[in-house]
Amino acid sequence: MKRAGYEGVAVAVPVTIPYVRYSIRGAHWWIGRAMAELCRRGRVRKEEIDGLCVASFTLTPDVAVGLTQHLGMSVRWLDHVPLGGGSAVVSLRRAARAVQSGDASIVACVAGDANHVDSFRLNTANFSLFARDAVYAYGSGGTYGSFAFLTDHYMRKYGATREDFGKLCVAQRQNALKNPNALFKKPLTMEEYLNARPLATPVHLFDAVMPCAGADAFLVMRSDEAEARGLPWVRLLGTMERLNAFPQDAVQERGGWALDRDDLYAQAGVRPADLDFLQAYDDYPVINVLQIEDLGFCAKGEGAQFVRSHTFTTDGSFPFNTGGGQLSVGQAGAAGGHLGVVEALRQLTGEYQGGAVKDAELGLVSGFGMINYDRGLCSGAAILATGKRVQ
Amino acid sequence: MTTPLQRPRRKNPILRTRQPTAPPATRSRIALGLTAAAARGVFELQVCRDCGTTQYPPREACQNCLSERLFWKPQEGLGELVSETTLHLSYELFFRERTPWRLGMVRLDCGPVLIAHLHGDVPRAPARVKVHACLDKAGQAALFAVPEKETPNMADDKQLREMTCDPKYRKALVTDAKSALGQALVKSLVEAGADLVWAGYAEPWKKFAGFDELKKLPQVALMPLDVTDSKNVRELAAEIGGRVDILVNNAEYHRAYGIANRAGVETARAEMDVNYFGLLRLAQEFAPAMRSRGGDGLSSAVAWVNILSIYALANFPPHGTFSASKAAAHSLAQCLRAEMRPAGVRVLNVYPGPIDDEWNQLLLPPKLAPAALARAVTQALKQGVEDLYPGDLAQEWLARWRDNPKALEREIST
Repeated sequence: MKRAGYEGVAVAVPVTIPYVRYSIRGAHWWIGRAMAELCRRGRVRKEEIDGLCVASFTLTPDVAVGLTQHLGMSVRWLDHVPLGGGSAVVSLRRAARAVQSGDASIVACVAGDANHVDSFRLNTANFSLFARDAVYAYGSGGTYGSFAFLTDHYMRKYGATREDFGKLCVAQRQNALKNPNALFKKPLTMEEYLNARPLATPVHLFDAVMPCAGADAFLVMRSDEAEARGLPWVRLLGTMERLNAFPQDAVQERGGWALDRDDLYAQAGVRPADLDFLQAYDDYPVINVLQIEDLGFCAKGEGAQFVRSHTFTTDGSFPFNTGGGQLSVGQAGAAGGHLGVVEALRQLTGEYQGGAVKDAELGLVSGFGMINYDRGLCSGAAILATGKRVQ
Repeated sequence: MTTPLQRPRRKNPILRTRQPTAPPATRSRIALGLTAAAARGVFELQVCRDCGTTQYPPREACQNCLSERLFWKPQEGLGELVSETTLHLSYELFFRERTPWRLGMVRLDCGPVLIAHLHGDVPRAPARVKVHACLDKAGQAALFAVPEKETPNMADDKQLREMTCDPKYRKALVTDAKSALGQALVKSLVEAGADLVWAGYAEPWKKFAGFDELKKLPQVALMPLDVTDSKNVRELAAEIGGRVDILVNNAEYHRAYGIANRAGVETARAEMDVNYFGLLRLAQEFAPAMRSRGGDGLSSAVAWVNILSIYALANFPPHGTFSASKAAAHSLAQCLRAEMRPAGVRVLNVYPGPIDDEWNQLLLPPKLAPAALARAVTQALKQGVEDLYPGDLAQEWLARWRDNPKALEREIST
């Protein structure tokens, strides 16, 4: 059966509450600020928002419904998407269907997380049942320990080098220097990248995201609603979501994108070559390379060659993580996955926060998340196109 | 090849002793199945009775056919190292103090992918490895991948030594070194490379058979020790307690008969005084110092061994009061284990069948030779297990007891 499209859906109002390394605020504060900013910039009253989709690791003991009372909202559609870096794309595609079917008129998709000095250790220690039973007691290295296995395997099997990963990190830093919200303000040289201290070989300091606090959010509504409110907006052309893909692979070297990309591009009616940029989920550079391959920009195993033959800044041959990505902006918990969506909205509507990809009209956002045991279980992607640019 | 361990230098008494820390200990109940097997030195994984799938991490259902009929099956542990990392930074104190720390991802030949501690002699991935389950300093099962074929000085690997209780370069106290088993234990610890073995013996005015032979060993120091004498135990602890790395409580009072064949409580009381209160006295005086030295470098305090009896699990009526005193000691040893665990000091409980000595004269074979039992204890320390059932008889009783404790009670009382 052919999948229905997302006609008539608009994605609008990219909001970022600037990240900070550590904050004494709780997740509710960050989400509250994001909601206030959505209302202000989206020119909607809180009462008009009748759908809410939340992603957060640090709302405990609350779940999304607690937020309705905390923020005084009466919604008729609610979702809690606890998929980490996979949350943004999943939130977007669920909210789009809610709006399309009329179950909700305006859905706020919001992600926000606190970061206190010890919160990351506590989250890591209790991340999942398998992590507690079979990973955390082995060195307690957290995500960089897990990504070390993926990176070691990929480098050996496909001949990628640290310089290849470094090139992506250096380019993302260049993009970040134009983004006022990026936590990293200084350029990164290849030499600094290569000489950084090891965290878990072959992962070194600049291969790892820096945990921080922050929030990102956007609105999903009908396009006529966005037009009536005079909002710049973006069309949703296609999406995919896949959980626990390729369980037979001993070490993860593919994500669900490799399984569902044909369906994604068919739904969107575009080809990889048509896209003006890619916002990939980038907590570690190896996963960038997997996304470039699995989303069809090059064949499996040719990611390193692809990196060597392209440039990745906003004015490069392959504009990539154009706001700097999490590696240079920071990883605000679950908000990290929303960073790619809000950056894509900015590029496609012209509400730039940093550098612009010239004449960008079509972009791809990809999500990845939840290292439940030895691999990330969630992968998702969405193709977005300009609906109406900022006047 | 592992660099052989060097004899630790004499400790500077002014420097602060590193306090014990442990790896994260939280596990789900289902994951404790792995720990239960590792406590006996066995690597077991969940296998599905319906479709035969072997799975890891432990689950509540078969990942292949969703059956709930899962059982724990011993594994060979052979597989391939498919990816690896050396950790330089950790969130937890135990590993922070011990980095760099090598970890591997192993695909077992039977299917599952595991994350395991990785021995330094395993070559870079891809490489063949053998995985076994040991106990870490938190007392929880930890998977450890070693080279498929043994390498020189393998036990000296820095990470592996954190899992084991190897007597090499450690100091041990053996109580009742007078008995045949006591003497065998002392010699076995010396052979295993112990730095110093204090051989405790009661009634020091009496010379015992084998005294001169023990005295000749340069690593052995004979110390008067009577575990029924609180003052004596306290004074010895004050003298050497801060240096004991391994304590082997071998003191035992053993007489035959149950209830009907004997009048009065004197014999039973004497059994309790040595077998139960002796352990309690030792634990009160020696355990605190050992706990404080659980993280004290390469020759930290590491193990407390109790020579119990398989009769601690089910009463053997012909030796009924003796069985009861060993059951009491078994229970107290569980308490001691819980108190020692936060310090990373392992309590190794040994449950032998009858030992070939004078008090078991009338029992039919098989009986355990003292030297064989001593070797089994030293081997268990090197392996780092916490429950040892040495010998064929103990193994058979264990199998019967695990299968149906009530059946065993009836079988041995008729």
